[in-house]
Amino acid sequence: MLRRISLLTLVLLFLLAACGRSDRDADANTEGTNEEPFRVAIVLPSSTTDIAWSQSMFDSLKDVQASMGGEEALRIAFSEGMFRVTDASAAIRDYASEGFDLVIAHGAQYGNSVFEVASDFPETSFAWGTSSDTGAERGITNVFAYGAAANEGGYVNGVVASMLTQSEIVGVIGPVAGDAKLYIDGFIRGVTGVKPDAQVNVTYTGSFSDTSLAAEAAHVHIQAGADVLTGSAQQVVGAIGVASENGIPWLGTQSDQISLGPEVVVTNQVYDWANVIDDMIAKISADEFGGTAYTLTFENGGLRLEFNEAIDIPDDVKDAARAAIEDIKSGAVEQFSDE
Amino acid sequence: MTDELFTISTLIGILHSCVRLATPYLFASLGETFGQRSGVLNLGVDGIMLMGAFFAFYVVFEGHNLWVGVLAAIVVGMLMGLLKAFVSVTMQALQGISGIGLYLFGLGLSSLLFKTLIGSVEGVSGFRQVGIPFVSDLPGIGHIFFNHNALVYLAYIMVPVSWFVINRTTLGLKIRAVGHNPEAADTLGVSVNGVRYATMMIGGALAGVAGASLSIGLQNVFQENMTNGLGFIAVALVYFGSWRTVGVLAGSLLFSLVNALQLWVQALGIPVPSEVAVMMPYVMTIVVLAFTARQIQKPAALARSYERGE
Repeated sequence: MLRRISLLTLVLLFLLAACGRSDRDADANTEGTNEEPFRVAIVLPSSTTDIAWSQSMFDSLKDVQASMGGEEALRIAFSEGMFRVTDASAAIRDYASEGFDLVIAHGAQYGNSVFEVASDFPETSFAWGTSSDTGAERGITNVFAYGAAANEGGYVNGVVASMLTQSEIVGVIGPVAGDAKLYIDGFIRGVTGVKPDAQVNVTYTGSFSDTSLAAEAAHVHIQAGADVLTGSAQQVVGAIGVASENGIPWLGTQSDQISLGPEVVVTNQVYDWANVIDDMIAKISADEFGGTAYTLTFENGGLRLEFNEAIDIPDDVKDAARAAIEDIKSGAVEQFSDE
Repeated sequence: MTDELFTISTLIGILHSCVRLATPYLFASLGETFGQRSGVLNLGVDGIMLMGAFFAFYVVFEGHNLWVGVLAAIVVGMLMGLLKAFVSVTMQALQGISGIGLYLFGLGLSSLLFKTLIGSVEGVSGFRQVGIPFVSDLPGIGHIFFNHNALVYLAYIMVPVSWFVINRTTLGLKIRAVGHNPEAADTLGVSVNGVRYATMMIGGALAGVAGASLSIGLQNVFQENMTNGLGFIAVALVYFGSWRTVGVLAGSLLFSLVNALQLWVQALGIPVPSEVAVMMPYVMTIVVLAFTARQIQKPAALARSYERGE
C-alpha cells in the first residue's frame, strides 16, 4: 500500500512538472504602485516562441508593454500551448473571474468559449481572432475581433518568389487546408501575376506542429524542382532548417523568422498587433468594452514586410516588393475577394 | 499528372524520403522493443525523445561537436529510462499510467529548459548529408540508400545490432525470458528487475538518439513539443512489427513510405484532396494492423510488474 501511495505522489509530481509550462503569470513579481496597472491575459494555442501566430501576438503585447512604461503600466498573464479548446475555455473563464481588464483568446477555435464566457462577465473585455465576429448580432457588446489580411503579404511574397525563381517552380508548405488558404491564395496570385507560367506546388502536412513532416515536405519540393519556398504555422521551423541546409531562399510569414535561417530567409511578412492592442486598451479605458473588428493590413501598418539585411537582395526584387505593397495600398491590385 | 508519379526520378525521390523519414521511428521503436520484450511497456518514449532532442540541440548550440550532442542525448535518455524503471519496476506503478506521466514530464521539462536556457527558436548546423564513397554513385539505389546524414545510417545499423543482441546474446536470452515468464527466469537466478532496468536504459538511450536525429540531424532546430506524438507511433510500430526487429523495420518503412508518397502526391499537384492524402499513413497502419495482428511473439508478461513470492 505504501508503495502505491508513494507512486501516486511521483505521478503527481510528474504532472505538476508538466503543468509548470503554462499558466504562469509573467509579471507576478511586480511591486505594487499607486496606480492600478492595466491587466491583460492571453490564451495561446501554441508556444510564445513558435515564430509564427502565437509569437506575433505575444511580441506585440511586449512591445505595447514597453511603450506604456513597463510592468507598472501593463501586466501580462499568459497560458500557452492551449491547443485543446476545453483547456483554453477553462483558462478564459479563470482569467475573467480573476478580474483581468482584457482577455485575449488567440485562436479562431476559441470563438464559442469566448462568447459563452463574455455573456457571463459583461464588465470584462474579450478579444479573439482570426475572426470579424464581435457577437453584436447576439447582443454581446464586450467582445473585440481581429484578423490579418494575410493574402496581402502572401501576394507580396509571391511577387518576390516569382523574381527569385530560376526554375519557375515554387513550393508552399501549408499546415491544414483552409486555415492558411488566405496567405497561400495571395501568394499564388503574386507568383502567377508576374510569371503566368510559373508552377506553384502546394503541400499540406495536416498539422500545425508536425515539424518532421514539414521538413520532409521541404525536401520533396526541392527534389521536385522548387528553388524558392514558403509556408506557414509553427511547423515551418523544420522546413526552414532544410531550406538553410540546401541554400534555398525562404519567404517567411506571421513572425520574424530570420534568426532561423539567417542566410536563406529573404523576406518576412510580420504581423504587428500593437496598434490593435493600443486601440483596444484606449477603448476599454473609455468604457467601450467591445464591438470593433480589426484587420491588419499594409495600409494601417499592421502588416510589415521586412527584408533580411544580412543577405544581398537584388534591388529590382526589393523595388518590385515595395511597388506591390503600394499597389495594394492604393487599391491598384484588385480587391481580394474573400477578405 | 498521375504519369509524373511513375517517373523514375519521382520514385527515387519517394524512396529517398521514405528512408530518411523512418529514422526517428526506427531508433524509438527499436528501443521500445527492448523494453517490451522484457515485459515493460513504456508509453513515455515521446517525452524521452523531447529530452534527447533538447539536450542534443543545446550541446551543439553551445558550440560542441555533433557527436557530443548525440552522447548527451544518450545520457539523458538513459536517465529518463532509469526514472521509468524506478517507477515501473521498483515501485511497481501501472506501466501505462506511469509512461504517460513520464511523457508529460519530458514534455514539460524540455519546454521549460528551452524557455530558460535558449528562449527563442534558433537554428544550428547539424549532421550533413554524406554520400558513402562508391556506393552512393550507384544509379537509383545509391541516392535512395547511401545519400543521407550519419544518424540515418546509424538507425539502420541499429536494426541488425538490436536483432543480434535480442536473439543471439545471453542478455537477449534473459530479456526474452523475463518478458515471457519472469517467475521461471527468477528461479533460474536471473535478476528480473535488473534486466528490466537494463532494457529501460537501452530503450531510453535509443529514444534519446531518436530525438537527437530530429533536432541535430533532420531539422537542425529545437521547438517545444517538436516530436508531435511521434513517440506514440513508435510504440504502435512495435505491436505492428510483432515485437521483432525486422517487423519494426518493416513497419517504420511502410509508415514512412506512405507519408513520403502523400507528400509527393500533393507536391506534384495530383488531384487528391490534401485531407485524404494526410490520412493515408494512418489508414494504412490500421489496415495492416487488422490483417497482420498476430500475437504469437507477444511477451506474455508485457505490462505486468513482477514481485517475488506472489
